[in-house]
Amino acid sequence: MTTSTKSTVTRTDGIGASPRRPDGTAKVRGEFAYSSDLWHEDMLWGATLRSPHPYARITGIDIARALALPGVYAVLTHADVPGVNRYGLEHADQPVLAEDVVRYRGEPVVVVAADHPETARRALERVEVGYEVLDPVTDAESAVAGQGAELHPGGNVVRHVPIRRGDPDAAAEVVVTGRYEVGMQDQAFLGPESGLAVPAEDGGVDLYVATQWLHVDQRQIVAALDLPEDKVRLTLGGVGGAFGGREDLSIQVHACLLALHTGRPVKMVYNREESFYGHVHRHPAVLYYEHGADRDGTLRYVRARIYLDGGAYASSTGAVVGNAATLGVGPYDVPNVSVDCWGAYTNNPPCGAMRGFGAVQAAFAYESQMDRLAAACGLDPVEVRIRNAMAQGTVMPTGQVVDSPAPVEELLRRVRAKPLPPEPSGEPDLRTLPGGVSNTTHGEGVVRGVGYAVGIKNICFSEGFDDYATVRVRLQVVGGEPAATVHTAACEVGQGLVTVLQQIVRSELGVERVTVEPSDTTIGSAGSTSASRQTYVTGGAVREACLRIRDALGALSPAELGDKVLDETVEWRHRPTEELHPETGQGNAHVQYGFAAHRAVVDVDTELGLVKVVALDCAQDVGKAINPQAVLGQIQGGSAQGLGLAVMEEIKTEGGVIRNPSFTDYLIPTVLDMPPMSIDVLELADPHAPYGLRGVGEPPTISSTPAVVAAIRAATGRALTRVPVRPEHITGT
Amino acid sequence: MRLNVTVNGRPRQADDVWPGESLLYVLRERLGLPGSKNACEQGECGSCTVYLDDVPVCSCLVAAGQAEGRQVRTVEGLAEGDRLDPVQQSFVDAGAVQCGFCTPGLVVAAHDLLRRTPRPSDEEIREALAGNLCRCTGYEKILDAVRTAADAS
Repeated sequence: MTTSTKSTVTRTDGIGASPRRPDGTAKVRGEFAYSSDLWHEDMLWGATLRSPHPYARITGIDIARALALPGVYAVLTHADVPGVNRYGLEHADQPVLAEDVVRYRGEPVVVVAADHPETARRALERVEVGYEVLDPVTDAESAVAGQGAELHPGGNVVRHVPIRRGDPDAAAEVVVTGRYEVGMQDQAFLGPESGLAVPAEDGGVDLYVATQWLHVDQRQIVAALDLPEDKVRLTLGGVGGAFGGREDLSIQVHACLLALHTGRPVKMVYNREESFYGHVHRHPAVLYYEHGADRDGTLRYVRARIYLDGGAYASSTGAVVGNAATLGVGPYDVPNVSVDCWGAYTNNPPCGAMRGFGAVQAAFAYESQMDRLAAACGLDPVEVRIRNAMAQGTVMPTGQVVDSPAPVEELLRRVRAKPLPPEPSGEPDLRTLPGGVSNTTHGEGVVRGVGYAVGIKNICFSEGFDDYATVRVRLQVVGGEPAATVHTAACEVGQGLVTVLQQIVRSELGVERVTVEPSDTTIGSAGSTSASRQTYVTGGAVREACLRIRDALGALSPAELGDKVLDETVEWRHRPTEELHPETGQGNAHVQYGFAAHRAVVDVDTELGLVKVVALDCAQDVGKAINPQAVLGQIQGGSAQGLGLAVMEEIKTEGGVIRNPSFTDYLIPTVLDMPPMSIDVLELADPHAPYGLRGVGEPPTISSTPAVVAAIRAATGRALTRVPVRPEHITGT
Repeated sequence: MRLNVTVNGRPRQADDVWPGESLLYVLRERLGLPGSKNACEQGECGSCTVYLDDVPVCSCLVAAGQAEGRQVRTVEGLAEGDRLDPVQQSFVDAGAVQCGFCTPGLVVAAHDLLRRTPRPSDEEIREALAGNLCRCTGYEKILDAVRTAADAS
């Protein structure tokens, strides 16, 4: 680490302040270029033909009639993939275009390029694909048990992680058990998958695309295209939200293939229905838990079996399994732990990354269990959590000692201490009642409930992954004023990284003018915009580059640089982590833990099963709020997604087929569904992290869901072991 | 077909429009105005909201031919030069913009609300914006922005 005699400057536009985002004005004017807004002279439109079957053998593909359609420039199949027809984040198991077998409804089989999107759509209708339909595997638990067809060589278990700590046969006075289910949630980012591929004179291709990690896209694209890395150049197009759903490839290889084949720029944009088929979802889960405790609620042991449905291809299932297992008992100090978590291949839609990444599924189960334990011991739900709360120094089920603040107890105390919303009185405004202006109740049958939850998430990439970011910072005098530029390949997906990087440079170098250049692959990788890691890792790298520039400046101020340019490129890593022991799950696998707690207040129409979340208050430790306004934005948005999973969001599948691929049938919270939030942000520095900061994005999504469900349980007395909670779960009809 | 439409005060003409195209497609792909967004293209998310003869509509649900001879005002037509409309300014200031894909539609919907109801209650704001989905913000800062814009105008 570089040392510097100059100190970080406190500024109104630096760290700890909330300056305006640099892209804000363009976004409110409608002038920000999202990946679906790109346009090129002579460009063609790409489109994708997808499998109508969850599992089938392809008996033939006839493209002749499609090719004959005027306005069509290319119709490509797997035979046109020049390189390896397999890609994937962890395992290269997914075909760019299906060969002999399709493994999910929606799997790409053929791509076309045409002069108008409607021509492309009609061309797809003229492609004839013969299928021999096979019996799909649609249940993860039986897939793990070896029942049904083997979908990939080696069987249908993508990964199994066991965690063993203490006495496997520990007994206890009070035992509570439960089986829980989590439905398949969708990221439902608003900006559809899209991009523009432009063929280049050197035989390569330039791709402008919305993604979360340019370099991991590039690695997969070059393998499929059989091109060297310098021939496939990626630039980040404007990203309309991500939440994990852009970690896997969508249009990337297809658009490049079509562009290289036709010699014309090719634009691809999914519509909403195709978007539901075109990205991975949150793993649905079945979780079996047993908690043993003393009569005073002190946990003696937790035993759990967790089954995650990975769908047809591995995506990031392995890492999701690792998280669900290692975080499987939640933010509690448990002496004896036995957790087994499996991720399975099935013929359901592929599942992978979504905000919370394995921690969400486990939290719904362990927090439901903590409420059961409280009831069994006759304790208050907050009290039983506080009694078992982990803290700095706690040994995790993996054996890892928690070596930075873990204020689980304080977060719980804070949300409990917040004032409750007033009880309804007088003639209620319909808009404040369950059912809203549908006029389903005027207050009769409506019962209020209060619920609590707390959650834990690992921050940054875990399990020995070499997790780093590359940045270049330059400082020079421009027009008589010192100005800095920052270049990285990190993906701004809406969270505000571009603002945060500017703030860090302003504080470290004491300059006001900081330009964040477009993200592209002309610089080294910045790692993924996921795992709540970018402010930590790319922010940490920018800080390090600035410290080096400060050293080079010596006694000079930036304004005194003259015509000198100070230019530092840095590759920065967080402290290393370890792999988990394959049999015991022991190891210092995580970099940092993040915590949030919620208290939910709900009004439930117990006759119709309708829920109105009245309040959803939160306390979260962020180590250091680099941008307090953006921190609140993450907590509010993350909590909303957790609320969605609690009461409305689920991709419904039947025999592997999605039944609701639209915003008409897949509901996400509207402004009428989100209550006001009172939020406490704690800043307890992590001594191992830049500025003491802690990743912010994911923790609020985790505790929000179980808190809302606990509140519905309190109002209804129902067990509610599945999310999303449906009206029939409440009414019992 | 040929389409004549006045957009943001300027008469515009588009040729070779396929009759199945939406107003949204014509704005985005033929008239160089991609500010109105294509998040669902089925009238559920509000991201493509524009004024059509002064009435806010989902432009994805309007066939291009229906706009013939009419006035369209898009998000690109709200600012006066470099001066943002108060709604736009308050969205930037309040942190109501994250990924921003919902922003153009929300800005137009909020603009319309404040024209009709200069001092809306929170319930009125929520009702007016209920047709606009946002996935990033949880809506809190959008409410802040509309309140601030109401105070400013």
